[in-house]
Amino acid sequence: MKIDKKTIEYIANLSRIELSNQEKETFVHQLSDILAYIEKLNQLNTQDIKPMAYSINTTNVLRDDKLEPPISREDALVNAPSTMGVFFKVPKVIE
Amino acid sequence: MLSVSSVAIKLLKVVNMEYEVVIGLETHAELATITKLFCGCSTKFGAEPNTHVCPICLGMPGVLPVMNKKAFEYALKAAVALDCEINRFTNFDRKSYYYPDLPKNYQISQNYYNLGIDGHMNMSVNGSIKKIRIHNVHLEEEAGKLIHPEESGADYSLVDFNRAGVPLLEIVSYPDMRTVDEVESYMQTLRKILLYTEVSDCKMQEGSLRFEASISLRKKGSDKLGNRVEIKNLNSMKSVIKAIEYEAIRQSELLDRGETIDRETRLWDEVGEKSQRMRSKEESQDYRYFPEPDLLPVLIDEKWLSAVKNSIPELPLARKQRFIEACKLSDYDAGILTEEKVLADFFEECVKILERPKSFSNWIINDLLREVKDRKLDISNLPIKPRQLAALVEIIEKGTISSTIAKEVFSDMIQTGNDPQKIIEEKGMAQISDEGLIESVIDKIIAANPNVIEDYKKGKKNALAFLVGQVMKETKGKANPKMVNEKLAKKVGV
Repeated sequence: MKIDKKTIEYIANLSRIELSNQEKETFVHQLSDILAYIEKLNQLNTQDIKPMAYSINTTNVLRDDKLEPPISREDALVNAPSTMGVFFKVPKVIE
Repeated sequence: MLSVSSVAIKLLKVVNMEYEVVIGLETHAELATITKLFCGCSTKFGAEPNTHVCPICLGMPGVLPVMNKKAFEYALKAAVALDCEINRFTNFDRKSYYYPDLPKNYQISQNYYNLGIDGHMNMSVNGSIKKIRIHNVHLEEEAGKLIHPEESGADYSLVDFNRAGVPLLEIVSYPDMRTVDEVESYMQTLRKILLYTEVSDCKMQEGSLRFEASISLRKKGSDKLGNRVEIKNLNSMKSVIKAIEYEAIRQSELLDRGETIDRETRLWDEVGEKSQRMRSKEESQDYRYFPEPDLLPVLIDEKWLSAVKNSIPELPLARKQRFIEACKLSDYDAGILTEEKVLADFFEECVKILERPKSFSNWIINDLLREVKDRKLDISNLPIKPRQLAALVEIIEKGTISSTIAKEVFSDMIQTGNDPQKIIEEKGMAQISDEGLIESVIDKIIAANPNVIEDYKKGKKNALAFLVGQVMKETKGKANPKMVNEKLAKKVGV
């Protein structure tokens, strides 16, 4: 897969980040290098290997529908970069 | 804003002339669990902001979500009730998108192995049955709630994460609907199924049942689907219908002008009754779905699945058909009785005690529901029990009271919760079936109305009805009307 400036801009938009022109240039090279490295995996023959997403052979880990105490609102808000009264405060959401 | 009649006329033009409107619905229903999907925080609606939260639903680093068994079973129950094929191996995936109501920057949802696929739902539209295919049913977590300050020029939004992590069932239909009547029936039928199976309380005003519509237009006769537009922010069933009508007209006007329809998401403006472009739709690969490594897959074995299958009650449409066939009720009556599960249960309880389905259907629909409406009664906690209504119907059949008096007794039962026998006894409402007493009243009426008797003998048949009326009046409506008719006819010589 070829990474060009347009791809970088597309990904930046999905990630909601702004990049300078120089950063875009840098990332074109860096992301291309990363992908080229990962593509080495394609050299492996995986024809008879079943796809696997989970590394341990356990299933059905479920819990009962039982209330647990919440944390206090003070604790919930304490690490937020910005708060207002009882709420988390975030930049205005524009649709 | 278009006026109502102009909407109707334009819509008629859209559907009658050139285009077919193709509609699919996505439904989100909050499941009726006590706790959230992956943590033990409460799902109770209306709590103080950010008080039903913990490190898990706030997406703090290093926490581990654990699946709520009840939520999983509710989702499974709904998938079975919608006749889905159940994926015996099911897992959860991360759906990545960045939005401030989503604390982790991804939503735990299902993508590769949805709980249920390829289901269908039968519904009744204008008296005939239509089948709508269900694309999939899956389980995911709810997002938090964004609050936009009212002050103008505010450059911030506020977030309440109480709702984040509440279990959410998503039901995706195929684009099988063509008219707003079908959409209306789909929403109502689905709501009833979710209520009957008790997996969601479906309170739309609290957001526990929400719909999103996707609409496209195509030339009649074409089998190629047009570009679809999704509409969000539909807060009531009425909004869904209005938004679909608006969108069908908007698209037809664009197509008429030779323009193309963009694939996009639009936001419904309830006050202005119009939709606005929200964003161009992210392509599904942009969500970068991948299996959620913090949750293990769930395998559904035969035993578990059949236990869930057995827990599903008879669904509303099937129950309605049974009422029509077994109880000989009309389509309309059976529809009303099965509207709410508690009402259908009430009806069946009555019939179990006394096999008079038609009488009970009449009493429930005409009298009970009127009282419920007038007195704003809670239908799941009625002041009258099936046993009492059955007793009333039995008393009427025995001829102890007339049907007119019965209405009074019923009203009294609703107000006091007393048994009909007690009310009739205490108020002296019992019908007079004493032959001697009735005969003496008849004699009195005949003596007082010689002219009427004359008329009757001359052939004026309805004169008899007048005399019956006089006897009833004299006895304050309590004389047994059948007996009065017979005796009177005999006395005047028929």
